[in-house]
Amino acid sequence: MTSSTTPAVRTSPAPAALPFVERHIGTDAAAQQHMLATLGYDSLDALVDAAIPANIHADSFRTAGDSTLPPAATEREAIAELRVMAEWNTVKRSMIGLGYYDTITPAVIQRGVFENPSWYTAYTPYQPEISQGRLEALINFQTMIADLTGLSTANASMLDESTAVVEGMLLARRASKVAARRFIVDADAFPQTHALLANRAAALGIELAIVDLNEQTTAADLGEYFGVFVQYPSKSGRVWNPASVIALAHEQKALAVVAADLLALTLITSPGELGADVAVGTSQRFGVPMGFGGPHAGYMAVRGGLERQLPGRLVGVSVDAAGHPAYRLALQVREQHIRRDKATSNICTAQVLLAVMAGMYAVYHGPDGLRQIAGQVHEKAGQLAAALTAAGAEVLSTSFFDTLLVSVPGRAEEILARAAENDVNLRLVDGDTLGLSVDETTTLADLSWVVQAFGGSDAFGHVDFGTAVVGLPAELARTSEFLTHPVFNTHRSETSMMRYLKRLADADYALDRGMIPLGSCTMKLNAASEMAAVSWPEFAGLHPFAPRADVEGYLGLVRQLETWLTDVTGYDSVSLQPNAGSQGELAGLLAIAGYHRSRGDTARTVCLIPSSAHGTNAASAALAGMRVVVVACDELGNVDLDDLTAKIVEHTADLAALMITYPSTHGVYEHEVATICRAVHDAGGQVYVDGANLNALLGFARYGDFGGDVSHLNLHKTFCIPHGGGGPGVGPVAAKAHLAAFLPGHPLAQSDEHYLLTPPDEPTATVVHGGGPVSAAPYGSPSILPISWAYVRMMGADGLRAATGAAVLAANYVARRLEGAYPLLYSGENSLVAHECILDLRPLTAATGVTVDDVAKRLIDYGFHSPTMSFPVAGTLMVEPTESEDLAEIDRFIEAMLAIKAEADAVAAGTWPADDNPLHNAPHTAQAVIAGEWEHPYDRETAVYPLASLVRGKYWPPVRRIDNAFGDRNLACSCPPPEAFE
Amino acid sequence: MADTSELQYTSEHEWVLVDGTIATVGITAYAAEKLGDVVFVELPEVGSAVASGTVVGEIESTKSVGELFAPVNGTVTATNAAVVDSPELVNSDPFGEGWLIKVEFTELPALLSFAEYTALTGE
Repeated sequence: MTSSTTPAVRTSPAPAALPFVERHIGTDAAAQQHMLATLGYDSLDALVDAAIPANIHADSFRTAGDSTLPPAATEREAIAELRVMAEWNTVKRSMIGLGYYDTITPAVIQRGVFENPSWYTAYTPYQPEISQGRLEALINFQTMIADLTGLSTANASMLDESTAVVEGMLLARRASKVAARRFIVDADAFPQTHALLANRAAALGIELAIVDLNEQTTAADLGEYFGVFVQYPSKSGRVWNPASVIALAHEQKALAVVAADLLALTLITSPGELGADVAVGTSQRFGVPMGFGGPHAGYMAVRGGLERQLPGRLVGVSVDAAGHPAYRLALQVREQHIRRDKATSNICTAQVLLAVMAGMYAVYHGPDGLRQIAGQVHEKAGQLAAALTAAGAEVLSTSFFDTLLVSVPGRAEEILARAAENDVNLRLVDGDTLGLSVDETTTLADLSWVVQAFGGSDAFGHVDFGTAVVGLPAELARTSEFLTHPVFNTHRSETSMMRYLKRLADADYALDRGMIPLGSCTMKLNAASEMAAVSWPEFAGLHPFAPRADVEGYLGLVRQLETWLTDVTGYDSVSLQPNAGSQGELAGLLAIAGYHRSRGDTARTVCLIPSSAHGTNAASAALAGMRVVVVACDELGNVDLDDLTAKIVEHTADLAALMITYPSTHGVYEHEVATICRAVHDAGGQVYVDGANLNALLGFARYGDFGGDVSHLNLHKTFCIPHGGGGPGVGPVAAKAHLAAFLPGHPLAQSDEHYLLTPPDEPTATVVHGGGPVSAAPYGSPSILPISWAYVRMMGADGLRAATGAAVLAANYVARRLEGAYPLLYSGENSLVAHECILDLRPLTAATGVTVDDVAKRLIDYGFHSPTMSFPVAGTLMVEPTESEDLAEIDRFIEAMLAIKAEADAVAAGTWPADDNPLHNAPHTAQAVIAGEWEHPYDRETAVYPLASLVRGKYWPPVRRIDNAFGDRNLACSCPPPEAFE
Repeated sequence: MADTSELQYTSEHEWVLVDGTIATVGITAYAAEKLGDVVFVELPEVGSAVASGTVVGEIESTKSVGELFAPVNGTVTATNAAVVDSPELVNSDPFGEGWLIKVEFTELPALLSFAEYTALTGE
């Protein structure tokens, strides 16, 4: 090598990197040929064409190549385009408040959790033995919420604050014995919460009464009601004592729901101590960026006696087979997937990744640190109040924590504009009044710019802040302790925190360890390039109600993604607002209801749902105010056409919709889907196609082509948003033009116009989404939309199609290789499955006594996450390999499943007793195989190294099999004392 | 534990022990087995009126929720507090310690005999 001051001239182009599609899809051409040969097909297209009914194939509806998706970009190009959009956003100091506050994400949490695939690529902890890390992180979160709110039990997070308030209303409705369908709502609550309550209450026939609640409110002001909702502190910033209002509610057996600010609760009396039955809110300001609205973890906590009424996920403590404490999801049968249309909530997803971050913020700062942060926030608000008063403005707030209302008659807009020039966004209340919220990041320098905008600085721009005004009423000072558990008082050094995060991550099995072949969950690659933009300040730092001029980059990204999603689904317009699949379902069904109502078809309230559907479908329909009628399925798992026809005839007058999943929840392309859609349309109904299984269709068929009127898509499945260990999710709803006006809108949206597909020769058009909101923020969880944007941008139409082909190939390959050992429960045309296959273990259980649980837990010993257990059919395993797994990993899984079958056969043959064998005792911890005498009829190597390949790369579960019944009979949902682990 | 051949049954897998005008009600061993580990039992209030065939309570296991139907019209005279505290009694002794409610009735509807119920479950 010669040294030179001039750069060497490159004589040939740099070697081209593999296109992204080849990074995303795990199987290369040679592997695919091998797999196709196993199945007897010579190309991916031939395989998929044989599996998908010809009459729904996209090619029969439009010419191949008509896609409007841009050609695939490289990873570098996509990131460069995102950079441009990021630069169109303008991040100013936000003082808008309304439930969203800037916050400092501790760098150790940013790097150790938010940007760490060990945390963000994990699935919902349905297999608790391999999820102890995030279950502990979630129980920290629950303990934090329960402590701060002063209530006994908190769940593992809600989707956002406003949906949590809605859930609080629904909880009050079912727990209260009051007959009146009337709910009292604090007039001084956040506007987005008011809008969500109105939308959701209307669907259920609940009457809302908006009342100015205060210490003087009397029973006569309120009438008869089942629940009351209080914002604490209020939207205006007021800190008042709602104890008397809560007492009034209890006098007439109504429940009190209080939305409380977690940071304020470190200084003021908790809702629980004031008598509240339910507390809700958001944990955003505990270290989770505003992200233009989300995702963040909402929360809900309840008093003793209401635990079983909690919606969503709840983590509890139980014991494992060795009697050691172990965490797992508690009281799971409360959830919608079991109760179906009797469910009173359709919430499935939590916001696990964000709840973990918020919980860790409390772990890192501890009670003293949090109190100090809150104290500084309040002090700065008080200094601002003093300086503004000195500047001649009238501070209207007589009590406050972090938010002030300031009267500036006739000058509000002018001052707002001047503050914006100083890079600060204030909240315009009306022409005479401004709102200002201080947060953890606010500095005195920031406040100087604000005061200057009010004309309160001297000629040199200097502001004299003087003595802070105290805004917290002495009678509400918090006296009770919180966060006394050692976990919140140990990890003060970054070294200690880093190692705690690492220890928890090491306890878990995520995609960074191996395949997670969960059927119906689509655990595909979450590429690093897709994730890159999420933490950029231009995407992370925006307030959801920032002025339009500040968010043009986001609006451009939203518009582009809406366009692309309409293209790939065959619909005309998309709303990205729903922040979970369940919320997308609800939004779609509410759009259908709105459409029928607009035509005077008010009697159309029946929703047909096949018996094979996911339970959430029925729960969503019930919450949209519809009546569920179940349609039978035949023995092949398809919708029973005779029963469907009979039900349609029976409900000719009141048929609102059919909800159908395609491909079906059985993982099969139903042949008759187009016929089914036509029959529903002929009867005046609308067709809702559940997009949970879109990964089996993208590029080959489109819901809108074959009869769908509306669908939700799971961006956290098909479009690569990571599962985050059980959230965030994004569930956009896509609809035909006639439903577009009924898609969810938002009163605070920067733009209410959305993309509307027009024929190629017509100018582009927009449509106003005029339905009520289903999420607190106008665009739901926008900060993670760059992930799906990047996926589509880097795959292009051909890449998306190739991914579908590879996913279908992988599922059929697994099915073919395993069907000799485990019968395949369902298949469609040419004996092919879609992107997943159901292995029937019931014959094995009957013959050997080995259960689905035994196989699932034994897979842990083999280094795998189990496929989906007992859904949609009890006693089965549903396998979805996805396109991202390579052949070696798929073969490793097959090898493990075959070895487990051989072990089960040995049990059947009597080689091992039914109650003492490697399956029954699985999973095996390191401690279980080294401690004491080994007294089992199989050896230690069989227990933990059943395959030689495991010796060099073994995942060790931290606990043995967990006793579910013990945990549900002895419910404990906060951090156990350290002695429990000794 | 009651002699199961002496009990009457419903198609909802409940057993009924009739003593004068009082019907003691529980779920059968077959139902308990199908439900799995019972973790929670919710029973109606003593003194409440119940109508035959309506849902009056819930039996929750780790994997499912079963509904308790009233087999007769009448008034609840007693509920089993022991089973509320220790729901596992439904699994360990469904025909005895795991009884659920007692209902005072005026008229006994037609119920299934042991033979009829056994034929229903095929066991």
